[in-house]
Amino acid sequence: MRLRSSRVDAYAYSGGCPAREGEPTIVFIHGAQHDHSVWILQSRYLAHHGYAVLALDLPGHGRSPGPVRSSIEDLADWVLDVLDAAAIPRTSLIGHSMGSLIALEAAARRPAAVCTLSLLGTSAPMQVSPALLNAARDDEARAFDLINAWSHSTINALPGCPGPGFSIFNQNRRLMERQAPGVLLNDFAACNAYQGALEAAARLTCPTLFISGQRDLMTPPRAATSLVAAVGQRLRSIGAGEPEVIRIPDCGHAMMAEKPAEVLRALKTFLNRHEGAKPVA
Amino acid sequence: MSERHYHRFDTLAVHAGSSPDPAHGARVTPIYLSAAFSFRDSDQAAALFNVEHAGHVYSRISNPTTAALEERIAALEGGVGAIATASGQAALHLAIATIAGAGSHIVASRALYGGSHNLLRYTLRRFGIETSFVDPGDPEAWRAAIRPESRLLFGETLGNPGLDVLDIPTVSAIAHEAGLPLLVDSTFTTPWLMRPADHGADLIVHSATKFLSGHGTVIGGLVVDTGRFDWEASGRFPELTEPYEGFHGMVFAEESTVAPFLLRARREGLRDFGACMSPFNAFQILQGIETLPLRMQRHVSNAHIIARFLADHPMVRSVSYPDLPDHPDHVLAQRLLPRGSGAVFSFELKTDRAGGRRFVEALRIFSHLANVGDARSLVIHPASTTHFRMDAAALSRMGIGEGTLRVSIGLEDPEDLIADLKTALRAAEKG
Repeated sequence: MRLRSSRVDAYAYSGGCPAREGEPTIVFIHGAQHDHSVWILQSRYLAHHGYAVLALDLPGHGRSPGPVRSSIEDLADWVLDVLDAAAIPRTSLIGHSMGSLIALEAAARRPAAVCTLSLLGTSAPMQVSPALLNAARDDEARAFDLINAWSHSTINALPGCPGPGFSIFNQNRRLMERQAPGVLLNDFAACNAYQGALEAAARLTCPTLFISGQRDLMTPPRAATSLVAAVGQRLRSIGAGEPEVIRIPDCGHAMMAEKPAEVLRALKTFLNRHEGAKPVA
Repeated sequence: MSERHYHRFDTLAVHAGSSPDPAHGARVTPIYLSAAFSFRDSDQAAALFNVEHAGHVYSRISNPTTAALEERIAALEGGVGAIATASGQAALHLAIATIAGAGSHIVASRALYGGSHNLLRYTLRRFGIETSFVDPGDPEAWRAAIRPESRLLFGETLGNPGLDVLDIPTVSAIAHEAGLPLLVDSTFTTPWLMRPADHGADLIVHSATKFLSGHGTVIGGLVVDTGRFDWEASGRFPELTEPYEGFHGMVFAEESTVAPFLLRARREGLRDFGACMSPFNAFQILQGIETLPLRMQRHVSNAHIIARFLADHPMVRSVSYPDLPDHPDHVLAQRLLPRGSGAVFSFELKTDRAGGRRFVEALRIFSHLANVGDARSLVIHPASTTHFRMDAAALSRMGIGEGTLRVSIGLEDPEDLIADLKTALRAAEKG
């Protein structure tokens, strides 16, 4: 579906079915050089199980027109503008990689609008290696190869995504090829420049879930340690409990495709536990 | 970050799609001879049916052994996925039927395997799909044949019977200018000799019966989607970009940005036409692919030796093999097929139909049969078998002579093959 206002023109995948009255909303935010389709199995399941789902294409990615936004803060504002365009007062936010930073920043900017926050494959800071930044600038194809090799823990993540007979590895390569030239450098530069994660953590008010792949080389689990601690400190200080942390074994950065069932299970369990994020029966 | 690299071809040929079996640790992918797969609970069942979970329901749609083969060929071809089918013909039909229907049009090379030619010229026409056949080496002919209702361009990497080399970069550029995908049959070349995706092809079909299986044991086909064609941008494929009533209004291009073709082919084509591959056949083809690099090297080196022997023999009028300098597509073959032009070729004896028959009947190592891509060397004499009803003039119009023979060079010692051929050449001559 398209969501338009004076401030945004966004494409959002609704999970294959329209939202029903009274369903809590989930907004999925993809990572660098990706689009909504990385969430296919999780978003499709949740849309058919009591949620209104919006899996966004960020500006200049997939079906959302550009220009791209060049900072995490701008992207967070764009997501909040999308919520306004869709008349969504309150939602769960789920973000992967760069999308996790956008979700975090959006939740910090408008805490009242976010009932739960799920951060997948995250780190703070999210520094991009000079080799990868250089490749993104000078040789995108080389950068895609590096990302693909570092994002997958195996060449054989079964049973495949979105199903048997599909190559997770090559789908990711082709999806990256689909974005316009320059998008990758923009996205990586935005991740690299973002220094606001710990400050954003200090403004959160909602239950927060971290999911990491134990064999993630792009955002290793240890790279999220300081963010997990900052979120924990904040939530404890307002009496909002502890953040939940789930590590998925034998799983890389491309976790939604490599371990779709495990990611979905973690999200379902988390959402089910929190008021405002429980599905409509 | 630690350094990682993509696995290379020979590693993928052995490992892609195949991990130790999670149930028992079997290292070789087991043959899952089970028609259906149990549901854990009702919620999982519903989710599997609705493409919310990945998994197996019924072996017509997917099967663990078959899926291992599909992922292996996808890895080798650089595809986003693949679908295994009952035969190469079923693969071609599935590829076409997924994006074409009554009123659609195809532009195809006229240098095609007879079975493919029949499907396009006669059978699909009965279902409202018309095909224009063009000289594969004439770019303007490809371009001129495209109509508003065209849905794809189709050719063989090495065309039948003269082994025309398809200029994939040129033909794919013509297809893409018109917003159409290029489908190629890569049976004779296999991904070891050429990856069509690297040259611009969008969809690939194989008769896996041939070199992929490699031992002449089973029938099977494969459809590979390279994931490069932008169906949405083309605007010609409502089958993929608009809601499909047959699957709860699914818009395949929204579900998957890069693999909507395969989603529809599996959810519609395998489901409704049902030409799936047996898991037993998939197992055999998986075993074959593990040695594909080794076998293809030997197939090609043997083919070079045999082609040169025949080209130099006084009883042989001509040898049609792109790796020989006098083949019209020799230069193109060197560019697109630097590892060689496969191991199937035809040659023309200086004899009549009876001489061709004597030649075939005198062979002892070559097997006289209608197949190619076996570990064994194979031969067929079209004028006395596949085209026996045609007179010399009719054969000539198809580029076939009464003394034309097609061979598929196997893995035997080439000296033994040459000795066998010498005996047969003497028999042909004596007539």
